[in-house]
Amino acid sequence: MSDAVKAAGVGAALERTGLPASDHRPRPSVRPSGRIARKGIFRRIVNQVIFYSLVLGVWALVAKLHIWPPYLFPPPWGVAEALWAGFTDHSFLIGIAVTMKRMLIGYSLSVILGMILGLGVASNKFLEETLGALLVSLQSLPSICWVPLAILWFGLTEKAILFVVLMGCILSVTIAMEDGRKQMPKIYTMAGRNLGASGFRLFWYVMLPASLPHIVTGLKQGWAFGWRSLIQAEMIFLTVGLGQLLMMGRDLNDMSQVIAVMLMIIALGYLVNRLVFRTLERTLQNRWGLTPTV
Amino acid sequence: MMPNTKLAAAQSRLPTEYRKPVRGTSVYAHSAALSIRRPEPSPPKVRLREVSLSYQTESGSQLLALDRIDLEVRAGEFLCIVGPSGCGKSTLLHLIAALQKPTSGSVAIDNQNVTTPGTDRILIFQEHGLFPWLTVGQNVEFGMKMKGLSKTEREEKTRYYLRLVHLSEFNNSRPHQLSGGMRQRVALARALATEPDVLLMDEPFAALDAQTRDMLHDELEKIWAETGRTIIFVTHNVREAVRLGDRVALMSFRPGRVKREFVVDLPRPRHLEEVEVARTAREILDSLRDEINKSLEAEYAHERRS
Repeated sequence: MSDAVKAAGVGAALERTGLPASDHRPRPSVRPSGRIARKGIFRRIVNQVIFYSLVLGVWALVAKLHIWPPYLFPPPWGVAEALWAGFTDHSFLIGIAVTMKRMLIGYSLSVILGMILGLGVASNKFLEETLGALLVSLQSLPSICWVPLAILWFGLTEKAILFVVLMGCILSVTIAMEDGRKQMPKIYTMAGRNLGASGFRLFWYVMLPASLPHIVTGLKQGWAFGWRSLIQAEMIFLTVGLGQLLMMGRDLNDMSQVIAVMLMIIALGYLVNRLVFRTLERTLQNRWGLTPTV
Repeated sequence: MMPNTKLAAAQSRLPTEYRKPVRGTSVYAHSAALSIRRPEPSPPKVRLREVSLSYQTESGSQLLALDRIDLEVRAGEFLCIVGPSGCGKSTLLHLIAALQKPTSGSVAIDNQNVTTPGTDRILIFQEHGLFPWLTVGQNVEFGMKMKGLSKTEREEKTRYYLRLVHLSEFNNSRPHQLSGGMRQRVALARALATEPDVLLMDEPFAALDAQTRDMLHDELEKIWAETGRTIIFVTHNVREAVRLGDRVALMSFRPGRVKREFVVDLPRPRHLEEVEVARTAREILDSLRDEINKSLEAEYAHERRS
């Protein structure tokens, strides 16, 4: 599945290498020309097929040797069965839906609050020297450490989980926004003010879009941190969700389900990264005329 | 301030077309005595009074960037400001645009002091002033959107001004897809679209190749004649200043002062290659040379220290 996704992403990227028809003075393109790029992609796909076949082959072989009992070391088809069973009885779908909903709420909150906080830190010397430094040191605290605090404050509730997610990703967003605000060329703010923008409209129409290329990495990192925090929190809180499905597999001594859920967590993280953040990055690159960093 | 007798002496050495208007309100009275071709004593569009700006350098000392600048610009006048790099020409434009506040003194448009940025004074930057996240058309619309114009009105005006700079077909392009010259034309259209009284241009053509620049000079002159805007144009290129300006103000290096002013009475349209333009430019350049040397010395001194 991941190959198919990758191929689709790359195909879309290829389509975009063509310069717009309206450009009568084509600027030199840094992207490789079509044929070379396609050849590279083909080779990459072949390599990946070989690699994953090898991994699956070795896995199947070791499982076949029965060194460990199947409930501790299931064969690939055992995991496939667990995936199938989980999707047919809807427990996996429900788990994904609930987890994704939490993630969306927690992440949106983090982005909004993180941006406000980041802007504040970037535009106020006092905040920068105090809160800014604190935020950087807070980043070394694993977000799972917020769980006891969250439980004491909110109990075993949805709020507590959201709080842990928030603490997991808000720091990345804040620090990225602070950096973005500082790195953003001053000329855009000047031009914006000069053209009559001020206050919120200056932020919304000028500062935010101008800093977007600088904060997109932070947004991505925030998502990854938040995603990890959420799964961790769900494993502890044991409410419906992917983390709980993982723990259920453990309780039932069902290694196939554990691995199946782990695969889903990886796949979801990969998909969001690919579909949301890669698309965002590409769009920004195309709009701004930045060269891709791949 | 220079004593008036010294000024008068300096002026008597100059041919009449390079008369030297003096700072302050006495400019027109003074020059009227020298030339019968400058009668209009209409109130100035832009008036700077004793504008000074100083700021703290990183080493903690006070740097006087602009020192008691007096400047008046008539409505519809094309004023060029030349000076060595670092003399505060750009800063002066920022002050007029109210993007920066002067330490002392006042900036007035139509006798009204300005303290906040407004769309009656639009600044055009040297480069990179366009918003890369918007299309060409959206860039031109931006100021009008901030002013609260309706969508249909905005679209109509965007079409009009893009046509004025001959970029109609690039409405949906992104700035980075255009050449440098085209981008500056978009910036010009964006500035004109808010219908400002005063256009402030900060070395807008400095990063362009010579051919494109020549073409843009012609276009700017034409647009200026058509729209009757007041233009304050900053450049370090004296010939460009003479090519475009009704008047050229020469700024000194640190502290920035208006050292001298020259009225350029050559017929329009002018061309960069014209002998008269070159001759006038050389005249100004001689005065400028001292200032350039001063600025270079300061730069070298800085290098030696670091």
